[in-house]
Amino acid sequence: MTALHRKLWRDLKQLRGQVIAISLVMVGGIGTMVMAQTNYAALAGTRALYYAEHRFAEVFARVKRAPLPLVESVRTIPGVREAEPRVMGFVTLEIAGYEEPVTGQMVSLPRPGDPGLNRVFLRAGRLPAADDEAVLGELFAEAHGLRPGDPVTAIMNGRRQRLTVSGIGLSPEFIYQIRPGDVFPDFERFGVLWMPYEPLAMAFDMDGAFNDLSLTLTREAREQDVVDALDLLLRPYGGAGAHGRDLQLSHRFLDEELGQLQIMTRLFSAIFLGVTAFLLNVVIGRLISTQREQIAVLKAYGYSRFEVSLHYAQLALLMVLVGVPAGLALGAWLGRGMADIYMDFYRFPYLAWSVEPFVVALAFAFALAAAAIGTAGGLARVFRLPPAEAMRPEAPPVYRRSLAERAGLAALLDPAARMILRNLGRRPLRTLMSVLGIGLGTGILVLSRFQGGAIEQMVDVQFGFAQRDDFAVTFTEPASARAAQELAALPGVRAVEPFRSAAVRLRHGHREYRTALQGLPDDADLKRVLDAELRPAPLPEDGLLLTDYLADMLRVRPGDRIDVEFLEGHRRTLSVPVAGTVHEYLGVGAYARREVVNRLLGEGAALSGAWLALEGGARAGVIRELRARPRVAAVTDRAATVQSFRDTMAESILTFTLIATLMAASIAVGVVYNDSRITLAERGRELASLRVLGYTRGEVRALLVGELFTLAFLALVPGFLLGVGMVYLLIEGFASDLYRIPLAVEPSGFAIAGLVVLAATALSGALVRRRLDALDLVAVLKLKE
Amino acid sequence: MSAAPGLATPAPVFRAAGLTKVYRMGEVEVHALRGVDLELYAGEFVVLLGPSGSGKSTLLNILGGLDAPTAGVVECRGHPLTGAGDEALTQFRREHVGFVFQFYNLIPSLTARENVALVTEIAQQPMDPADALGLVGLRERMDHFPAQLSGGEQQRVAIARAIAKRPDVLLCDEPTGALDSPTGILVLQALERINRETGALTVVITHNEVIARMADRVIRLKDGRIAGVERNAARVDPRELRW
Repeated sequence: MTALHRKLWRDLKQLRGQVIAISLVMVGGIGTMVMAQTNYAALAGTRALYYAEHRFAEVFARVKRAPLPLVESVRTIPGVREAEPRVMGFVTLEIAGYEEPVTGQMVSLPRPGDPGLNRVFLRAGRLPAADDEAVLGELFAEAHGLRPGDPVTAIMNGRRQRLTVSGIGLSPEFIYQIRPGDVFPDFERFGVLWMPYEPLAMAFDMDGAFNDLSLTLTREAREQDVVDALDLLLRPYGGAGAHGRDLQLSHRFLDEELGQLQIMTRLFSAIFLGVTAFLLNVVIGRLISTQREQIAVLKAYGYSRFEVSLHYAQLALLMVLVGVPAGLALGAWLGRGMADIYMDFYRFPYLAWSVEPFVVALAFAFALAAAAIGTAGGLARVFRLPPAEAMRPEAPPVYRRSLAERAGLAALLDPAARMILRNLGRRPLRTLMSVLGIGLGTGILVLSRFQGGAIEQMVDVQFGFAQRDDFAVTFTEPASARAAQELAALPGVRAVEPFRSAAVRLRHGHREYRTALQGLPDDADLKRVLDAELRPAPLPEDGLLLTDYLADMLRVRPGDRIDVEFLEGHRRTLSVPVAGTVHEYLGVGAYARREVVNRLLGEGAALSGAWLALEGGARAGVIRELRARPRVAAVTDRAATVQSFRDTMAESILTFTLIATLMAASIAVGVVYNDSRITLAERGRELASLRVLGYTRGEVRALLVGELFTLAFLALVPGFLLGVGMVYLLIEGFASDLYRIPLAVEPSGFAIAGLVVLAATALSGALVRRRLDALDLVAVLKLKE
Repeated sequence: MSAAPGLATPAPVFRAAGLTKVYRMGEVEVHALRGVDLELYAGEFVVLLGPSGSGKSTLLNILGGLDAPTAGVVECRGHPLTGAGDEALTQFRREHVGFVFQFYNLIPSLTARENVALVTEIAQQPMDPADALGLVGLRERMDHFPAQLSGGEQQRVAIARAIAKRPDVLLCDEPTGALDSPTGILVLQALERINRETGALTVVITHNEVIARMADRVIRLKDGRIAGVERNAARVDPRELRW
């Protein structure tokens, strides 16, 4: 080891407190980045692998009923490689010992000779060998503790059928398992079942026919061309519009998740990069100031400018060398934990999780960038510092009256307050950066408290204010008003509000969107649409209301006309005026009076289903009654769905909040502690002089701690604003037609953020207290400046 | 300046002509040198005498390649220092110059031996750091940190550090300025011995008239100008000095 390396080592030991503080921030930043990056890579990589191995289809289409021989025509469409017809349908399931309504999505398995797309991965058991056997989706099976051999009852098209579980499986088609139309997954009340083609075809009246089609494409095929050709071919058979993976539900949710992971990675990486750079800047800058003469001596003895600069650069490099592996380890550990949480929502047969060399390289690049940004200025000073100049003492710092004093508040300030303000004012840039650093910590805290509150608001508004039914009942086929009257007659049903819902394609110019057009009763009370201020909005006499986000997507404004193409019934396309927009957080859609929808469809007073409000204690009885009705396709229990969603989210929110709080606290402590150490180093002599003049330890301590708290208080409001800004960035980045998170930060979020920052400040004060109390008065005064 | 009279004129180690130096310090402009001409020879022990602010340190810094004059020329063994780039000056200091400063300027985080090693590691034909410390009588205390050494000991470490590279020139800026007189004399003895044994041109800056008696030549500076040059008939042994 050369003498210069020894010096480096001992400087490092001398600065260990600050080095640890910086390393902690760096470790936190790299940890977060590595966590998000490895999760992104794991999810994206596993998905790609899973798709390839289990032959996930590329184009999907639903039809009402098409004959099997039509598949041959589909295969001749240019660009189509393989086509697989299936029967798919929704049923009500009965699980022994479980009283709630459960929806099952039945999917037929490939027939002999079919290409075998969307292949099922068997976790346990085997594929069905008989017509009354079924493979059960894993999440659903787990939720009910079902195993191969267990019985399940399905009410298919009105007929009750007893099935035996032959195996437990997964499919690339249902990585994210959610009932179509729902916003939250509910593994207890929704499950996927795979059965052989024949029994499903019999049950759904599809013998020799299919109602679902999956395609793979040749390499040179254009997806849109295939979709268009397919739509044309399937139209006479009730085609509901073909689409690529981008509109496939499971794929769609996973895409959103991956996008969010990237936004998080970028946001948090940027924050940590900034804070780390700032801390390095302060610490290295201070070190260079105190070692001016040492720099001069090294140069005087013939060390070149590069050698001396490199010496100081090595200090930052060492922190990188310490911080990166620790950050990688932390990130890998957090990432593994987060991946397990992801597996609660997204089900893969395996998770190809690893820390890629690319991530390691990225972590080093990230840390080096922070080090370079943070130390460039200081190193340039080392490089330029003329050796002779360095031998002369530094010019005394220029102090001014602080802003507060100049504003005429001098009389209000005691000498200690004046010293604090002047000292902060002397280095405005550093003060500003400190405030910004602490503010970022505060902001992250605000951000970390935000998620829980925002989700509460989404749930409150959507399921407490807009949607207030107990049960949503959908019929297998459009029904007459009688069906609603029958529901109203059930004992325990307080109110019934029938609705008409139809699948539509909305088109404006070259933009289009597939959604449901919901026809609501005039005086709807169980399902209300809300305006921008979240007040219930009346339904227009004519025309549609669109979710504001959808209106933006389609570039439509109230008063414009859009084309509505119905994907059912007579499949008419009509030009309809947009009467206004409504605000909602979950999903997007179009709303109108029920009569308007019936009229547009060219039908009488048909109903798709109804919302029910129950009397207290009537729930179980109503469920029993509904179960006995063959025309009830599905029953959604609002409260149960929300509860199950809350339970599932609770863990992930807790994890996120914990990680973010730790990160934020590490930033706050890192910045404040460094500030206190620097202040102590720069002004130790001054503070010791005060002690010599008769100030007590407590008074001197108050001076330093007062400075720290001044910084912290200055940082609170900017920190809150930064927090709201980050929340805004996050929700803008996360917003999609699936859901929009409201900008809802509760006062308690600010309060907790503020308290954590002040606690971190107090902790930093306590950490330097020992050093402050140990100031050697005589030695400090003897030391030459 | 004239060379030693009556002797065959050897080539000077340093030749300076018309040296001027103006620098800014904070908001003040300082005229440190106002036209200095000077020649210094190998093996000489030269004392630069003058009150504070007379430009002694500036002159020394320029001779040592630490600083550049505002105007004028300096050359060392015929090679110009003025106008030389930073790399050339660094190389010059690394190979030829040893510095001793008033406040020792040891690296506090390195032991005595390591402070010397700092220089021997980059020199071409250095002494062993232990030997260099032996020359100043500190062989026994070489593993001590600066904070564990007295002022005189620290200054002797600084001298060991300066001579360990076997420099052609030893430039000392107030080497006894921060020391009491018995300790100062110990340090001067070390300088004298090294000048005698290694033949390095030794330039000592001081404002202490007594020290001038141990020099071959005494150059007086005042207000940035040379006020006079004296040659001592004989060098006085530092042990006989008292102040």
